[in-house]
Amino acid sequence: MAERELKKKQTTTREAEEVVEAAPAESKQGDKIKAELDDLLDEIDEVLEENAEEFVRSYVQKGGQ
Amino acid sequence: MALRKVLGMETEYGIDPRGMGEKNPIAASSVLINAYVNQLQRKVGWDFEDEHPGNDARGFAREGSMPPEVETHLVNAVLTNGARYYVDHAHPEFSTPECADALTTVLYDKAGERILARSMEAAARALPSGQGIVVYKNNSDRKGNSYGTHENYLMDRQTPFARIVQHVMPFFVTRQIFTGAGKVGTEASSTGGVDVEFQLTQRADFFEEEVGLETTLKRPIVNTRDEPHADAQKYRRLHVICGDANLAEVASFLKIGTTALVLCMIEDDWFGEKDFTLEMPVAAMRKVSYDLSLKLPLTLANGSTMTALDIQWEYFDLARKYAEDRGLEAIGPSGDQVLERWESVLTGLETDPMTLSGQLDWVAKYRLFSGYRERHGLNWTDHRLAAMDLQYHDMRPERSLFARLPMERLLDDAAIDEAVTEPPRDTRAYFRGKCLQKWASSVAAANWDSLVFDLGGDPLRRVAMMEPLRGTAELVDTLFEGCSGPAELLERLGS
Repeated sequence: MAERELKKKQTTTREAEEVVEAAPAESKQGDKIKAELDDLLDEIDEVLEENAEEFVRSYVQKGGQ
Repeated sequence: MALRKVLGMETEYGIDPRGMGEKNPIAASSVLINAYVNQLQRKVGWDFEDEHPGNDARGFAREGSMPPEVETHLVNAVLTNGARYYVDHAHPEFSTPECADALTTVLYDKAGERILARSMEAAARALPSGQGIVVYKNNSDRKGNSYGTHENYLMDRQTPFARIVQHVMPFFVTRQIFTGAGKVGTEASSTGGVDVEFQLTQRADFFEEEVGLETTLKRPIVNTRDEPHADAQKYRRLHVICGDANLAEVASFLKIGTTALVLCMIEDDWFGEKDFTLEMPVAAMRKVSYDLSLKLPLTLANGSTMTALDIQWEYFDLARKYAEDRGLEAIGPSGDQVLERWESVLTGLETDPMTLSGQLDWVAKYRLFSGYRERHGLNWTDHRLAAMDLQYHDMRPERSLFARLPMERLLDDAAIDEAVTEPPRDTRAYFRGKCLQKWASSVAAANWDSLVFDLGGDPLRRVAMMEPLRGTAELVDTLFEGCSGPAELLERLGS
């Protein structure tokens, strides 16, 4: 257990060091992902099965393995 | 020394016949597969000679256990990439060829998705206007009916089965935090009082036993089917039924890669005194799947408590030491990638799971569905969220929600396309696939461990392939070179 704590602390330290440089890029990446999600949410109603309730109700499978 | 891992995946797809009157999933599955196979020039059927799905790895058949039925009359094809494509339990099922590392296994699983998509197109062309068949790569109909995605790992017969169970059980329960394909709501008869709006996995609701032979009822976490499809004196095949169908390449890769690695560690008795046996594994399957915080403690048999993530870190630490000491050759060329990705995903889960929305299915789904829910002010029980839950797994590219998400790729499209028809080069699947490519009209039947040739007047000639790592390109390309036909091939093989 002690060994693992040590490892995890090392990981945290390493990350903390990287954060200084990585932060701007990461937040840009985060913005990009959020924008992509917004775009997807804009178009999702066009992709969804027309009658969600009927679609969900009629999707019945025989049990398998 | 851990045995070199040979791997495979089998996926039963959900099937939805449309505009065809009363739904008959068996007929629809046959139409679907026939439509695909009929457009190929070469058709070869499956040979059932060596199928024994009722054998139990513990060396006995438990009272009340039911060996699965083998439906020999239904369509059952072998493809030139070495895969098997057939109707099983009222579902179309695709089994990858034998692969020698995790990344290749994912490649062939993805090729399987394309084969299903092409099958839908072929069926649409073959059926009257207004009829069609849609398939879903998921594991439940949201009404309590589940169908499986199975994994297969070649193991050393000498490894005691009890040791496998001891160390693989906690691993299976806790790996759900990255293997889960996510599900809105629950289908379990009891959730132990937990209000489940969204859970990590498709399958956790359906496990009722710790260890057993069944696959369709009273499903066990560790399945004991003992059917190695190889030399049974040397090998066993661990048949894993507790995983989800993944669409995310990273999740799929991690599922196969980490499991293969843990099995090597078990073969090499690497755990020593370490034992993470859970007090109640079946209940823990659900508890982990229902816990989006990833922080709930699980009780171990020794009375201590750990979270799923704690247990995964312990396995990872042991694996890293194992890699340093023994190397990762046994899990093939993508071994280092498995270890690196395992660490980065566990770190992501520990800090902020949402950062993994491009890598793990459950996170991708949760993020998308939460966004939609918030935008429209919906409850988790809204039909639109249930519809999205199914449609994430739709195999039609134009309808698939997964296909619209910016997911990280490990494979390129050209390689996946090639895998639709070409076998892997480093297992016996190469020999099977190449024989079908060259001489399908002389191959009477095929299965995992043999090929049966029909050379005309003579009796049928069976070529046994009991060694999964023979029949590779390296070993048989010279055999094929300048070979005039199957008769000469058999002569060269000395059979």
